[in-house]
Amino acid sequence: MEFTIAKKAKTFTLALIVIGALFTAIGVAMNIGDHHFAQRLIANGLIDSLFFFSIGLGALFFLALQYATETGWYVAVKRVIEAVAGFLPYGIGMMVLIMLVLTLTDGAHIYIWMDPDMTNPASHHYDPIIEGKAAYLNKPFFWIRTVVYLATYYIFWVGFRKRSLEEDKVGGTEIHFKNYKKGALFLVFFAVFSSTSSWDWIMSIDVHWFSTLFGWYTFAGMWVSAMVVIVLLTLYLKKLGYLPKVNDSHIHDLGKWTFAISFLWSYLWFSQFMLIWYANIGEEVVYYMMRIENFKVLYFSMFLINFAFPMLLLMSREAKRHAGILTLVGVIILIGHWLDVYIMVSAGSMGANAHIGFLEIGMAVALAGVFMRIILVNLTKAPLSPVNHPYLDESIHHEI
Amino acid sequence: MADKVIYAMYDDDEVLKDGAKKLVSKGVKVADVFSPFPIHGIDPIIGVEQTRLGIFAFIYGLIGLTLATVGMRYFMIVDWPMNIGGKPSFSYMDNMLAFIPITFEFTVLCAAHGMAITYLIANRTLPGMKAKNPDPRTTDDRFVMELRTADNHDFSVADLEKMLKETGIVELEQKDIV
Repeated sequence: MEFTIAKKAKTFTLALIVIGALFTAIGVAMNIGDHHFAQRLIANGLIDSLFFFSIGLGALFFLALQYATETGWYVAVKRVIEAVAGFLPYGIGMMVLIMLVLTLTDGAHIYIWMDPDMTNPASHHYDPIIEGKAAYLNKPFFWIRTVVYLATYYIFWVGFRKRSLEEDKVGGTEIHFKNYKKGALFLVFFAVFSSTSSWDWIMSIDVHWFSTLFGWYTFAGMWVSAMVVIVLLTLYLKKLGYLPKVNDSHIHDLGKWTFAISFLWSYLWFSQFMLIWYANIGEEVVYYMMRIENFKVLYFSMFLINFAFPMLLLMSREAKRHAGILTLVGVIILIGHWLDVYIMVSAGSMGANAHIGFLEIGMAVALAGVFMRIILVNLTKAPLSPVNHPYLDESIHHEI
Repeated sequence: MADKVIYAMYDDDEVLKDGAKKLVSKGVKVADVFSPFPIHGIDPIIGVEQTRLGIFAFIYGLIGLTLATVGMRYFMIVDWPMNIGGKPSFSYMDNMLAFIPITFEFTVLCAAHGMAITYLIANRTLPGMKAKNPDPRTTDDRFVMELRTADNHDFSVADLEKMLKETGIVELEQKDIV
């Protein structure tokens, strides 16, 4: 069945973009003379680029995971996953743009290691710790890594999409087995790159600090955000009468993923926090000191929201099949994970000067509108159900 | 007349499923089905109640949580106060983070063991218990449907047997319930 964007959805996404742009304009007008304005604007760009890029990447990872494990049940929602993953090229564009801005402004006091003064012994800003990390954290090598990550993701995405559409035409199992190999290969690259890219793009903001758990933590947040978007989109399409092959069991499985990955995220958040709290080593606790000093309420309520809501509301079997509950939890934890990214970037860069105002909300809302619109457009570009996937029949009869 | 139990044996799970559907649509109550493997979709046909094992799991989990909290507070704070990670505050609340992993593990331990043991007791399959399946072949390649006359007052034994024979059974057996 072909998908056409409903008039309501067009109005809604447009309204989000307009309201977001309006809020951003108010935010800019209010703060333009502020000493920290440029830093705040660029930090916001980084937060939203990371957040929306991660959702696209999370969906691509989830798709590759299904290929590599030769899963059957997901086929009915495959095009939904692909539509979310289809945001990736735009997300890559956002990332490249914001990284360019950051590089040209010598890090904009966000990536302070990009500032040449930091590694110049003659300057009074000289920082020997950053000097010691300069072999890894320098502009050219940073760009080499960024380009390699983004290009790898992009190439895999283009291949997956091309073969998925081709499979609709030719059928057979050849494409299926090719996807299986490519999916496994992608996971190998992703396992390394998801960690190292989170060090480069996020952990290097708190440049003195490091945590070996950080990559997993970021990855779990990325995955759960992508899961939520996939669930919400599936429910939306179901409500409009699309996806006749998706039954309660598919929704249940997507709900289980959301539930489980929320736990994974909470577990990693807690592991990182508890170990550092327990060991109480100065150079490690500084990360949490900064968060507790400036973001105490926001930081801990963000954790509680992202942990408690999915745990309590999605525990029972019925709740995971209930569109209303899933939507409520989904929207709440999506906001929760945006806050997570917000604090990740702001705490280490803006610190005490950070606060959520018109600018933050406006930019996030406007980009959410753009994000939704792009995903809906992606849905129109292919039939909503694959026709020749070898596991299609298994997926139609999925029952748990 | 003593209550009777009728065992109808099938050699195919799909045939059994179709037979059960036919019998239930005529108003017959199927007491149980014995099978070497879980038959997909048989539960709603013969009207098996939703399991309450989940509620038990929650109760066992709560017991584990309580035991772990009370135990660790006594061991680590009351009986022999411990210096935890250089934080000698000797209070459970202030050191709670350090106790969370063990609390979690103990909750899972109690819930999992409690659930497994409850399951074995409820099914009468604890080691050494006498098997209650009617025929050892139901653990290999045969499927048995059990009907009880006590559940089916509207039908005579002959009626039930006649209906069963129409569903493609391979063997039929009846026993008195003592």
